[in-house]
Amino acid sequence: MTPPASGESLLTIRNLRKEYRPGQPVLKDISLEIDARGVTAIIGPSGTGKSTLIRCINRLVDPTAGEILMDGQDLAKLSGQPLRMARRRIGMVFQEYNLVERLTVIENVLSGRLGYVPAWRAFLRKFPDGDVARAFDLIDAVGLNQDFATRRADALSGGQRQRVGIARAIMQEPALVLADEPTSSLDPKTSVEIMELLAEISRTRHVPIIVNIHNVELAKRYASRIIGMTGGEVVYDGPPGGLQDSHLKHIYGGEDFL
Amino acid sequence: MSAAARPPAFPVSWPVRIAWAGLALYTLYATSILNLTWARFLTGLDNGAKFLARMFPPNMAADKLDLIATGMAESIQIAVLATFFGVLLSLPLGLAAARNLAPKWLSWSARGLIAIFRSFHPVIVSILFVKAVGFGALAGILALIVSSMGFVSKLFAEVVEEMNPKQVEAVRATGASFWNVLVMAVMPQVMARFVGLSVYQLDSNLRNSTMVGIVGGGGIGAPLFTAYQRFDYDVVLTILLIIIALIMVAELVSGRIRRIFQ
Amino acid sequence: MSAPASAPRIWQRFTPGERIARSLLYIVTVVAVVWSIKTIEIIPEFLYDAPEQTADLFKRMWPFDWAFYPKAIHHALIETFHIATLGTILAIVLALPLSFLAARNFTANPLLNLVAQFIFVSSRSVNSLIWALLFVAVFGPGALSGVLSIAFRSIGFVGKLFGEALEEAQRGPIEALTAAGAPKSMILVKGYWPQVEPAFWSVVLLRWDINIRESAVLGLVGAGGIGVALDAALNNLYWDQVGLILAVIFTVVVLTEIVTSFIRSRII
Repeated sequence: MTPPASGESLLTIRNLRKEYRPGQPVLKDISLEIDARGVTAIIGPSGTGKSTLIRCINRLVDPTAGEILMDGQDLAKLSGQPLRMARRRIGMVFQEYNLVERLTVIENVLSGRLGYVPAWRAFLRKFPDGDVARAFDLIDAVGLNQDFATRRADALSGGQRQRVGIARAIMQEPALVLADEPTSSLDPKTSVEIMELLAEISRTRHVPIIVNIHNVELAKRYASRIIGMTGGEVVYDGPPGGLQDSHLKHIYGGEDFL
Repeated sequence: MSAAARPPAFPVSWPVRIAWAGLALYTLYATSILNLTWARFLTGLDNGAKFLARMFPPNMAADKLDLIATGMAESIQIAVLATFFGVLLSLPLGLAAARNLAPKWLSWSARGLIAIFRSFHPVIVSILFVKAVGFGALAGILALIVSSMGFVSKLFAEVVEEMNPKQVEAVRATGASFWNVLVMAVMPQVMARFVGLSVYQLDSNLRNSTMVGIVGGGGIGAPLFTAYQRFDYDVVLTILLIIIALIMVAELVSGRIRRIFQ
Repeated sequence: MSAPASAPRIWQRFTPGERIARSLLYIVTVVAVVWSIKTIEIIPEFLYDAPEQTADLFKRMWPFDWAFYPKAIHHALIETFHIATLGTILAIVLALPLSFLAARNFTANPLLNLVAQFIFVSSRSVNSLIWALLFVAVFGPGALSGVLSIAFRSIGFVGKLFGEALEEAQRGPIEALTAAGAPKSMILVKGYWPQVEPAFWSVVLLRWDINIRESAVLGLVGAGGIGVALDAALNNLYWDQVGLILAVIFTVVVLTEIVTSFIRSRII
């Protein structure tokens, strides 16, 4: 993956609106530009639409209105084959890892290639050799020992599972990675390790990452850009250094947590 | 609050007490209605002793054993074929009945069909098939295919419905096609249980195949019934012992198989 | 963090042992099916006749002989219900103590475990219909034989499932009660029972449901219930009566399912 020119925009979100129930919008006309590099952290209280925003991008949630432009296509309008093609290029890391627990680590990592291989290959587990070699490399790259490859996913700890989840996302050779609260189910030390891993991957593989995160400290430490949301709207958009207590008070309401 | 005003720590549940009392009363009522007196039971025990005496020792004559062997072989064949085809057909039927996969009209129809299959005892279904395709193993096989589908499809549909949707969502998010999602997210979750169900059904069909012969559906049921009607109770005992031995072996083997696929 | 460049790493999905086991299983399955198909006797004339016979069957069944109901069926239906219910109750009474003997965490004696398990397997191996044959020979035709047949078949079912539920009970609460100095009877009532109660009711309701179905056919060999009427109608080839009886059985089974689902949702 070649490093993009600075300031190059990858994703343009225009007037994104989502209402789960008519008249009660969870996302209120969000407009954002996401660069083709760096880690962008979205912070905000629960229920403010952070997760909805991220899931609208890869259409795990369907927006009610608005545009999501990537590579000249409006992701919000895609369906069927074109949608699958678009999803191939967006990797996702989940809060609860969402590995297929009965499959082994390597099978889970290779699932990242499912957008590219025909079903018979998946059924017989005859993935192309290049893919298998890459899978082993990625298992290494996320900090897991080689003998984890044939272990079943449900035999792993939370931190290990998230590493596999990250490997699966990178396996797709994505243009963008979405991470929906990747550290919320992990203990403090592992959370730092995972954020460290995400930041490193973004740097070395030149792939932008959008992270949803609760922990403001982690966000400030590892992100190059912070988007603060509250009540379905963006109320802060800037570098971590510019994030003041007043902003946080606005985002989270009240001072008790400071 | 003073001690007098506090609510009781272990309140009496009157509905539950009434239910238990009702059950006790019912038992007494039904027992008398069916004329199940102790006297009858005791006379029966006396008969029972004579009966057991006629059963022992089990008849091991060569010609009898030959007949039994043929009958048992046929029962096993009936069970194998009924399980094989029944399980094969249960796969699509179960998937069609899963409310999280199939559209409403399909899942409702499938569930209705499964309910009809389950409502009739395999013996009754055998009687109907005997009328339709004649005496013999085919009627037994068809009857047990129906009962297999009723059981396996229903439980398989439940397994599919209990599937973890998040694992499926994650695989969908990679851009995988429908079939890829099926192979790598759905099947790993459901296949182990499906194999377990199939093996259990094989066991169940082995049990049932020993009795469909009583109404003409082939297998060891026919020689068993014939011996019974002729009062050859020693032959009956031999057959029973062989059936019990077969089922025990089958249970052990099926337990092993289920562990392999775990 | 990255490994040094070396020979390409191969991924083997199954260990050699697993592969052998799986191949063996597939081979055995194929052999069994092929053997069965080849040796099963199918008379082609009967098969050819089948659609015509089936149509004939349904023609003869409908319309049902509705007048038959009050005469013979109603009484037999009630009897079937009693046979099923009493049989289930008797089975529970007999199976419960045996379950405690079979549960390895409750009874530490492996011999007792084995004996109880053996009783359960034997009970399950013999169909209720075959039990009925035996009991009719001993106690004569009638509901007594029916109740005992249902009971003896159900002991294995209830006993095995309940025993498994007992074995799955968590040690934690039991440890706590033992540490508090509770007598064994209280540990049973307050430690085991609350944990296994949902499984108990689930098993009981399931077996009762199955027993209603089974009781309906026991009469075919004389053990009472609606099967007796069915047997008579079949012997006389009164298909319109047969049709009515089948419809009645179907209705009862469906009602039982509804009732058990309802009870299940309330209790469990």
